[in-house]
Amino acid sequence: MSIDPRVVKDELIQIYPKKLRQKRSEQIVVTQKGEGGSVPEIKANVRTSPGIITQRGCTYAGCKGVVIGPSRDILSITHGPIGCAFYSWLTRRNQTRPATLEDPNYINYCLSTDMQEENIVFGGEKKLKAAIREAAQLFKPKAIALFSTCPVGLIGDDVHAVARELKEELGINIFGFSCEGYRGVSQSAGHHIANNGVFKNVVGLNETPHPEKFKVNVLGEYNIGGDGFVIEELLTRCGIKQISTFSGNSTYDTMANAHTADLNLIMCHRSINYVAEMMEKRFGIPWMKINFIGADATAKSLRRLGEYFEDDALKARIEEVIAEEQEKVSGIREAVKARCTGKTAMLFVGGSRAHHYQQLFKDIGMKVLAAGYEFGHRDDYEGRKVLPTVKVDADSKNIEEIDVVPDPVRFRPRRTAERIEQMEAMTEMEFRDYVGMMPEMDDDTLVIDDLSQHESDRLLEMYRPDIFCAGIKEKFGVQKMGIPCKQLHSYDYGGPYAGFRGAINFYKDIDRMVNMKYASFLTPPWAAQEKEAQQAAAD
Amino acid sequence: MSSPARKIKLEAKPNWVSTRNPCKACAPMGATLVMRGIEGGVPFLHGSQGCATYMRRYLISHFREPMDIATSGFSEASTIFGGGANLRQGLQNVTSQYKPGLIGIATTCLTETIGEDMNLLLHEYRAKGGQAENAPELVHVATPSYRGTHVDGFNDAVRAVVEQMAAEGALPSAYTQSFLNIFPGMVSAEDLRFLKEVADDFGIPATVFPDYSETLDGPSMLKYKKIPEGGTPLLALHATPAARASIELGRTLRQKKTAASFLQERFLVPAKRIGLPVGVEETDVFFNTMEKVTGAPMPEKYAAQRGRLIDAYVDGHKYVFGKRAIVFGDEDMVVGMTSLLAEIGAQPILCASGGKSGALAKSIAEVTTHLKEAPLVREGVDFMTMAEEAEMKELKPDFMIGSSKGAKFARALGVPLIRVGFPIHDRFGGQRILHLGYRGAQQLFDQIINTLLELKQDSSPIGYSYL
Ligand code: SF4
Ligand code: SF4
Repeated sequence: MSIDPRVVKDELIQIYPKKLRQKRSEQIVVTQKGEGGSVPEIKANVRTSPGIITQRGCTYAGCKGVVIGPSRDILSITHGPIGCAFYSWLTRRNQTRPATLEDPNYINYCLSTDMQEENIVFGGEKKLKAAIREAAQLFKPKAIALFSTCPVGLIGDDVHAVARELKEELGINIFGFSCEGYRGVSQSAGHHIANNGVFKNVVGLNETPHPEKFKVNVLGEYNIGGDGFVIEELLTRCGIKQISTFSGNSTYDTMANAHTADLNLIMCHRSINYVAEMMEKRFGIPWMKINFIGADATAKSLRRLGEYFEDDALKARIEEVIAEEQEKVSGIREAVKARCTGKTAMLFVGGSRAHHYQQLFKDIGMKVLAAGYEFGHRDDYEGRKVLPTVKVDADSKNIEEIDVVPDPVRFRPRRTAERIEQMEAMTEMEFRDYVGMMPEMDDDTLVIDDLSQHESDRLLEMYRPDIFCAGIKEKFGVQKMGIPCKQLHSYDYGGPYAGFRGAINFYKDIDRMVNMKYASFLTPPWAAQEKEAQQAAAD
Repeated sequence: MSSPARKIKLEAKPNWVSTRNPCKACAPMGATLVMRGIEGGVPFLHGSQGCATYMRRYLISHFREPMDIATSGFSEASTIFGGGANLRQGLQNVTSQYKPGLIGIATTCLTETIGEDMNLLLHEYRAKGGQAENAPELVHVATPSYRGTHVDGFNDAVRAVVEQMAAEGALPSAYTQSFLNIFPGMVSAEDLRFLKEVADDFGIPATVFPDYSETLDGPSMLKYKKIPEGGTPLLALHATPAARASIELGRTLRQKKTAASFLQERFLVPAKRIGLPVGVEETDVFFNTMEKVTGAPMPEKYAAQRGRLIDAYVDGHKYVFGKRAIVFGDEDMVVGMTSLLAEIGAQPILCASGGKSGALAKSIAEVTTHLKEAPLVREGVDFMTMAEEAEMKELKPDFMIGSSKGAKFARALGVPLIRVGFPIHDRFGGQRILHLGYRGAQQLFDQIINTLLELKQDSSPIGYSYL
């Protein structure tokens, strides 16, 4: 298909008023690698204009829903009117697996102060305190997290003061988040706020030592569809101990123990890089971006672990695991590839998946026509090297930047600065870096930040890709046109898609979807016949 | 997915302050559903972007249909200086993208807390050219979610739209003949189709409002339409004061200020305020009302449906007689389901809702007069309170009937849940469940019986094949 992406770009934005058109034109770029692999600049992490139907959520959603929610024994209480709590109740698919039936799992619960008019008028702190006391009595949790929703900030309830007071009174860890929905551009602000809160209130509180030689945390992995289970299983097979995840299948104690690891692995850079940086500064744990989506990417990530720990036995084990798994993958990949080659895909999700999943499509011979994030920042598109030039706007200034200093006792650089430099020079490893989505994309591909509903409708009409990857909000509009939509937030209740096993699942699912028959039913036979008859008459 | 929920031991039953597993959502969501049921309508939330996203997500998971909700997208600054500028820009952008016939604006907690003056803002907007040709009509409703539930938001939106659009003067010719207003409340897309069919069969034009039977249950199409076809026509909304009568469904609404009560007070349109026609008795009342307001007899086909239903009631009685049921969900749906259960010989034991109309107990009493044992009725409760009630009072239900939100509760009790109402996101086709009329009752009845039979068959060591 030869559609000029530049023409498409103009088409997408032409109906907008002038100012908006200008803004959107900076948020839509056509990839083109320049000298030294440079990529064009994109505008990202800016507010969606009013009236534009965006797929973005709010700060509360990012904080409570994404980062803290998956931790099964931190009891969440939403302070606000009922809606926000209701809508975030089990709506993400982060799986969890308590060790025993007796172990607490609060993920199934939805607790809210359900503020009423009198709480808005006279303040809701009293009600919040009562809610905390009864939750403590009912569940006896180790920790309670309080989340503020929009009206809370306005009426001036101080969740942090309440948290401090009740922490004292009840003798359990209680902490609050000022994650009112309007605070940020998207859920991304909520991730940052959650990172700050976890770092200040949880990390470092559990000193349980671990005898294992190779210890890591997996950050920014939320165990959607069981991805986290696959990753942990892989690491375990290689002989690497996963101390904690942030935050799929996690518990309060594992997060509190995270500082005992020797390396932080980052899956979703956008949502979790803050806590990785803070842990490095305070405890001396380096971080590295890895990717367990796709068989080759998984192999590469595992090999990096071998190199980081500089252990031959570990390296050998990793090679064994890779060889064993790749064999299972390759047959299926080739079979699927035969049926999918030449088909096209678009991906508009989140802050990392629109990047990670491109590789899986390439694996089976499919072409990515367009991609973009819902809440990514410039560094997620262009790589962290642009960080010094990213403009800090009013919304970002809203979020606290914690000043982190080395822990007087527990700061222990796991690798010296020189060693890290050597490693970077000798291997493919990069620390504290993320190259971003665009450098790994083909030229002349559309990259669209915060794709709006209108733009997505037009894009589909113009390209009719074989598959569109997005979320539930887009799904049914896409499918109305007879184009299958793969949900990459919830995995359409499927998955896991991580690791080798996940790659196989993904190939099979995509094969089924792009080769589905129902598109041929869209035009009913009588309409087709009429068209033929008209054609014949015209000839 | 995860292990079954840990059993929580209650030491004493306090009067809970917090809401634990809510049986209600927030008001603006109901309002957006109404706005989606207007021809050419785009729902718009004045407030933060996140609410719109959450509500879209929620409605979509039930209907499995696209549902666009625009928003003015408040920032921290708008909370301080007001959202007027965002509102204006938002309305303009929606107009340029969607070319809507109407934008239906609902407020949220945020805008209600800062006390936005919507009348003033919209007046200014219209004055500054929002009035141009092809400019969409604007309606708005106040839906602070710290007051009421999604159902209140729904009903308030119906009333607000009718109030704001009711025309005082002459009407287009199509509306000079006799017609009816039907305000169905928050029912399924299939229910809406049923109501339109009934009016058709009675030979009377009817304005069913809202009408999302097509906008939220539409066909696939090669060329996508941003605003789907269908919805209550704008002209019909202007014409509501000229109707011969309004029929409004929902027993708990009768004491409230509603669209029907407004039209009666202001324009002397007779309001027939009856229950949701679920089950034989409530459906009889509905058809009786239709006969009275149209002067036409009930079409034969409905008599036949009623006949088949009664025949089935007799045949199925032995399976369902005395079976104990917990009914939960939106208030009028609960009343309807309770009425159905009572007439088929089942025993509703707990009728509960997150809604708090103040009229639930009375309405339930009205539809259960012939029950020996009056069910417990609980307004404004959540699922954990229901569960505690069930445990402490040893209610021992045989089955439950309500939305998907009760699935965990049913599982903990080890009883089947028959899904009705809203939201249904763990079964397919919630929007196509027919709750209303004799045929709706027939389908529900069959489903209840089959659920009980399946349970009996599956749990029996004998493995019956004829039941
Ligand atoms: S802030 Fe209010 S309107 Fe928005 S989701 Fe929460 S309860 Fe509903
Ligand atoms: S934007 Fe505010 S009110 Fe809306 S869902 Fe988010 S926190 Fe709740």
